[in-house]
Amino acid sequence: MAKVRGAIVVDVEKCKGCGLCVVACPSKVIELAREVNAKGYNYAYMANPEACTGCVNCALVCPDTVITVYRVKTEAEA
Amino acid sequence: MDVKDIIKEENLVYSKTKLLTDNIMHYCPGCTHGVVHKVLAEVIDELGLQEKTIGVAPVGCSVLAYNYIDIDWHEAAHGRAPALATAINRLYPDKYVFTYQGDGDLASIGTAEIIHACNRGENILVIFINNGIYGMTGGQMAPTTLIDMPTSTTPYGRKTEFNGHPLKITDIIAQLPGTCYVTRQSGHAPAAVRKLKKAITKAFENTGKKKGTSFIEVVSTCNSGWKLSPVKANEWMVEHMFPFYPLGDLKDE
Amino acid sequence: MAELRLMKGNEAIAEAAIRCGCDGYFGYPITPQSEVLETLMARKPWEETGMVVLQAESEIAAINMVYGGAGCGKKVMTSSSSPGISLKQEGITYIAGAELPCLIVNVVRGGPGLGTIQPAQSDYFQAVKGGGHGDYKLIVLAPASVQEMYDYVDLGFELAFKYRNPVMILSDGIIGQMMEKVQIGPYKPRMTDEEIVAKYGSWATTGKTPNRQRNIITSLDLDPNRQEQFNLKLQCKYKEIEEKEVRFEKIACDDAEYLLVAYGSSSRICQKVVDLAREKEIKVGLLRPITLFPYPTKAIQAMLGHLKGILAVEMSTGQMVEDVRLAVEGKVAVEHYGRMGGAIPTPQDVLKALEEKIIKG
Repeated sequence: MAKVRGAIVVDVEKCKGCGLCVVACPSKVIELAREVNAKGYNYAYMANPEACTGCVNCALVCPDTVITVYRVKTEAEA
Repeated sequence: MDVKDIIKEENLVYSKTKLLTDNIMHYCPGCTHGVVHKVLAEVIDELGLQEKTIGVAPVGCSVLAYNYIDIDWHEAAHGRAPALATAINRLYPDKYVFTYQGDGDLASIGTAEIIHACNRGENILVIFINNGIYGMTGGQMAPTTLIDMPTSTTPYGRKTEFNGHPLKITDIIAQLPGTCYVTRQSGHAPAAVRKLKKAITKAFENTGKKKGTSFIEVVSTCNSGWKLSPVKANEWMVEHMFPFYPLGDLKDE
Repeated sequence: MAELRLMKGNEAIAEAAIRCGCDGYFGYPITPQSEVLETLMARKPWEETGMVVLQAESEIAAINMVYGGAGCGKKVMTSSSSPGISLKQEGITYIAGAELPCLIVNVVRGGPGLGTIQPAQSDYFQAVKGGGHGDYKLIVLAPASVQEMYDYVDLGFELAFKYRNPVMILSDGIIGQMMEKVQIGPYKPRMTDEEIVAKYGSWATTGKTPNRQRNIITSLDLDPNRQEQFNLKLQCKYKEIEEKEVRFEKIACDDAEYLLVAYGSSSRICQKVVDLAREKEIKVGLLRPITLFPYPTKAIQAMLGHLKGILAVEMSTGQMVEDVRLAVEGKVAVEHYGRMGGAIPTPQDVLKALEEKIIKG
C-alpha cells in the first residue's frame, strides 16, 4: 500500500524561531532546536522526520519563507 | 526511506518563490506581514505579472516592503498610498497597481484617500493589514484597536467614552459602489493562508478585468505590540479579533 | 504657426500644460486658481493628447497623486493657492526627497490662515526656503505676465526633469486672474515610455523588466551615513542649479543709482515706478528675479559699485528682502516696501517709499 513520506529543509540562519510551523504541523514533526542560529534564534527542525507527510502546512504559515518541502509516494515499509 | 532520499529536486513540492528576494525580513518573529508578502509574491509570480505590477508601500512596519518583493515599488507618505496608486493607475491603465497599508495608515491618517480611491473605483488592489495597533512606532492605539485592548497610548485599555469605537472600515468600504470585491481574510493557519492566496489571486484577476477596486483586509497579529508570543498572538487573534472582525467576503461582484 | 489668444493667467497654465505634453494634472479647487482645473476639464485633453486630468479629494491627495505619477516617470503637475499649497508641503518634501520631477503652481493669495482671496506675495519663504521638512530646495519661477505663466510651464518641466527636482511657479492672484494676449505654441507630443527612458534613464516605476533591477522610489534611508551622503548629493545638485539656472531681467540698470528689486506682479508696478522716477531725473533701475531659487545674488552684487540704495518691493511684510540683504552684505542701504492682505501698491506709493526710505534716508 502506498504511503506518503515528506521532509522539510529549514534555512536555519533565516529562521526566527517563531514556532508557528510547530503548531501548524498536523503530525507533530517540527520542534524548535535547543541550539540557536547566529542571530540567537532557536530554529525549527524535524524532530520527528518519520511522521512528515510533506503536507506543506508549515511552509504556508512560515512568515519568513524558510521552509522548503519535499514529498514522495513510497511503498509501505515494514 | 531515508530523509536524504526524499530531499531531491524531483520531490520538491514547496519552495520560496523567486519573486521574494533573499533579504532577511526585518519583521519580528511570527509577524503576519511575512506571510502576506509571501502570498502576494507567489500570486504575482504565478500569474506572470512581475513586469506589469507596481506596488505602493506605506508608512509603518511594511514601509520596507520594497526590500522583499522583486517588483517596482513606490513608497508613499503615511496614508497616501491610494492617491499614488490612483495616479499610477490612471497614467498606466494596463498595469496592476496595489497598495499595501496598515490600519493606522489606511484607517486613520489615510481615511480620506482610501475612501475616495475606492469610491472612484480606481482599478487597483488594496491590501489592508489590520492588527489593531501601530507596530512601527511602538504599539500605540490604532483606529481598529479593540475595546479594552491595552496599547502604549491606552495603557488601561481602549475606552469608548474616551477613545471612541474600533473602526470597521472594511464594512464602510464595502458600501462604496466603486469596489468590486471586499473581503476579510487572515494568515494564521494553513487553511487561512490558502484562502488568502485565493483572495489575492481573485483581486489581481479583477484588476485585469478592470472591475474596479478590490479590497482585502488581512486580520493580523502584532505579537511584539500585543506583548504575546507568536503562537499566543494567533490564539488571541482568533479569540478576540475574529468575533469583531469576522472573516469572509463582504462583497464579490 | 504662432497663435495669439486673449486669456487669463490660470487659463494659460492649463493651455500650456496640454500643449507642452503634460501627462497628468491633479488638482483641487481653491480661489483664485480654480480656472486651471476648470479649463482643463472643459478642454478635455484626454481626448486630444491622452493627458489625465483628475479632481482629487483634497490638496493632500492631489500632491500625492503627483508623487505617484512623477514616480512612474510622467510629466505631472498640480496647482493651488496658498492654503492649499500649505497642505501640499508633505507631498512636496517627499517628492524632493525621492528626487522626482514635477510642476507645482502657486497662485498666491494673502495669509496667514484663510487670509483673503485677494493677491499677495507672502509665500516667498515657503516656496524658496523649504516649506516642508528637511533640507531641500524647489526651483522657483516667478512669472510677471500671462505670457510667462504660459511659457514657464514648459520651462518648469524642462528644469524639473533635467535636475529630477520639483519646480514651483510662484504666481499670484493678479497674474492668475488678469487677461492678456498670449502667444500660444505648437503642440509638443507627450513622451513615450521609451523616450522617457532614453532621455532620463530608467529610474521610474514602470514595471520591472528582466534587463534591470527593480526600481524603488522612496525618500527613506535609515542608515545615517547613507542619508547624510544623500543630503550632500542634494546640496551638490542645488549648487549646480545656482550656477547654471539663475534667470533675471534688468531694466534701466546700467546707470542706476537706486535699484528696485521686485518679482512677479510687484515688478510690473515697479516698471512704472522706473518711468516716473526717470521723469523726475532720479536714476532708478529695476532688477526682476525670474528664478527665486536660484536667486540672482551675483547680479545684485555686480551692480553694487554704482548703487546708493536698494528698495525691495513685495506684497508682503518683507520676505525676499532678506535675500537682497544677504546679497548686499551691508554694503548699501536695503529697505522694504510692501502692502499686505490683498492690497496692491500703486507706482506712486512705491516712488514715495523709495524717496523717503532710500533717497532721503
